[in-house]
Amino acid sequence: MTELSAHLPQFQHGQLTENFPDNHLSSTNESSERRRRDNSERRRNDNPESETNGQPQNNIQQVVEQDEEEDEELTLKYGAKHVIMLFVPVTLCMVVVVATIKSVSFYTRKDGQLIYTPFTEETETVGQRALNSILNAAIMISVIIVMTILLVVLYKYRCYKVIHGWLIISSLLLLFFFSFIYLGEVFKTYNVAMDYITLALMIWNFGVVGMICIHWKGPLRLQQAYLIMISALMALVFIKYLPEWTAWLILAVISVYDLVAVLCPKGPLRMLVETAQERNETLFPALIYSSTMVWLVNMAEEDPEAQRKASKNSTYDKQANRAPNEDAEADDGGFSQEWQQQRDSRIGPIESTPESRAAVQALPSNSQTSEDPEERGVKLGLGDFIFYSVLVGKASATASGDWNTTLACFVAILIGLCLTLLLLAIFKKALPALPISITFGLVFYFATDNLVQPFMDQLAFHQFYI
Amino acid sequence: MARARQGHQGPVLVPAGRDKAPGTGIALEQHWAFFWLVSLLLSSLIWFIAVKASDPNDEPLQKGLLIFGVMFSVLLQEAFRFLYYKLLRKAIEGLVALSEDGCSPISIQQMAYVAGVGFGLMSGAFSMINLLADALGPGTVGIHGDSQLYFLTSAFMTMVLIFLHTFWGILFFHGCENRRWWEIMAVVVMHLAVSGSTFCNPLYVGSLVPSYLLMAVAATWAYLLSGGSAQNVRRFLLCSQSGASPQPGS
Repeated sequence: MTELSAHLPQFQHGQLTENFPDNHLSSTNESSERRRRDNSERRRNDNPESETNGQPQNNIQQVVEQDEEEDEELTLKYGAKHVIMLFVPVTLCMVVVVATIKSVSFYTRKDGQLIYTPFTEETETVGQRALNSILNAAIMISVIIVMTILLVVLYKYRCYKVIHGWLIISSLLLLFFFSFIYLGEVFKTYNVAMDYITLALMIWNFGVVGMICIHWKGPLRLQQAYLIMISALMALVFIKYLPEWTAWLILAVISVYDLVAVLCPKGPLRMLVETAQERNETLFPALIYSSTMVWLVNMAEEDPEAQRKASKNSTYDKQANRAPNEDAEADDGGFSQEWQQQRDSRIGPIESTPESRAAVQALPSNSQTSEDPEERGVKLGLGDFIFYSVLVGKASATASGDWNTTLACFVAILIGLCLTLLLLAIFKKALPALPISITFGLVFYFATDNLVQPFMDQLAFHQFYI
Repeated sequence: MARARQGHQGPVLVPAGRDKAPGTGIALEQHWAFFWLVSLLLSSLIWFIAVKASDPNDEPLQKGLLIFGVMFSVLLQEAFRFLYYKLLRKAIEGLVALSEDGCSPISIQQMAYVAGVGFGLMSGAFSMINLLADALGPGTVGIHGDSQLYFLTSAFMTMVLIFLHTFWGILFFHGCENRRWWEIMAVVVMHLAVSGSTFCNPLYVGSLVPSYLLMAVAATWAYLLSGGSAQNVRRFLLCSQSGASPQPGS
């Protein structure tokens, strides 16, 4: 279907043991595309006489231009809303990370390093330290690149079960193991006595509800909360196990990689997105933060099961389940028995079959899509959350300017996000969310820590105010 | 077409309900904070270079350099305020051109207010947040003979600065809109005066009292510029006493 092919929902890649998905930003503009087409169709239907003027092309062009302008003003008007919809979760994630870093000393204690960063930074000379951190960053980035390519290959060859299993194992690790460690450290910090039975019950409930919310269905707010929590947990792991210079280098290199992978024609993530577009599927909802539910209204004619699950379930789930329990007779188009009885009693018996539904779909729609413009949401990959939080968390953990540096990085990241959303509204295609924010964040971290902090220190000492 | 009409709302406090893009204000406060931060960055860069180029053991020189740094920072902040005003004008013109009825979703007065609040909050946060963090920890204020009122006076000073930034935002933008350069100069001079008065800390009467007086002046000025009057205040107080909801603007 050409309607949905013009816009890409979202994409990212996930990895096996250490879950660092690299993620990107896109807006669900499918409805705007549909609306535009509906408007132009309707105008053409309503103005048959304009065709006889002898200038049909101009009219159609005008119609298209008008639609584009209307579309643009709608986009800009609701652009501010999208900004807020993303500010809140990003801020929450950063607040959780900074609060944990400041209170729980476990995450600032040096307890070894990951196997991906084998070289130590406790060296005698600065040159050796620099070299080691460059090597560490190189190894980490190569691991990420290999994992991304692996994911793209798996996706291309339709090994959905492998990908799904991979994602489930990663979420299991995060939701059970990492949150267990986190809870343990929080209890140690506040000296709370806790027995294992209560702990087991808490972790079990937390984990199972998390798995259900993220991989299947759940209230939107709960799902968003869980995604924020697992991003924060992942960011805390990175902050703990990445040595300082390595962390900054990795942040810098990964934003360059993000830029390349998303925008270059042969970039793995771009290929992933294009493949998903060709197959008309949504990608890996478990690793994307979405600000609204996506109602798959237009999927009715090809996939009736999708209408019933009005959330962003991944298509391969349905394809896997469809074979054993779907029947042509059982296909009632998503209407429940009671609803059908009510409808029959009111307007007489109507048979809703796939053919009749397809016929209805084929009619030109005379009304605006019922979808509220406010339901158009923005999607941000969880990897973006993670790396933003790593930056701010590292700033609060290691900066000498302390809170000033943290605040400066926080503002810089949010401004970068704002700019990225603006670009998204202009270009209307998936964009990397990391480069601008991370660049601003890094610049402000180093500048504030080395330049502003001594200045503010002196001002505070003399109690001067600027 | 409705686009030809200019939607200029006069000097009236626009009720919040007319704001078509309710999130715009909040989203834009971040922009202000960012601009304040950039101005601080540049001024600390200059100060840092000056300090590195000079003798670190010369106390009066260091203090002199700090004073110079403060003045430079104040001028830079006002320059960035002006810069952002220019940027904002362009943005509002764009929004007006795109909107259905020729009105921009947010008026310049609201922008001025948001600008001031953003600047003020960021400046206040930067001044106060490290102090607050230290205030949690164990310690005694003024144990080495410094003033014991340090935290209290810092809090009051920060508060007055946040208010002042808010009012200065309104005054500044009003001056820029109506080409009244003396208003802009007044804002710059007031800012320099307030920062300058802090040089006599810890003689707090020399810094807090003038700052609060200046704040009262700026508050009344900004209120009058936004369309308020003594009648409004009286009506507001009387209405709230009689239970009816107060009417905004005049």
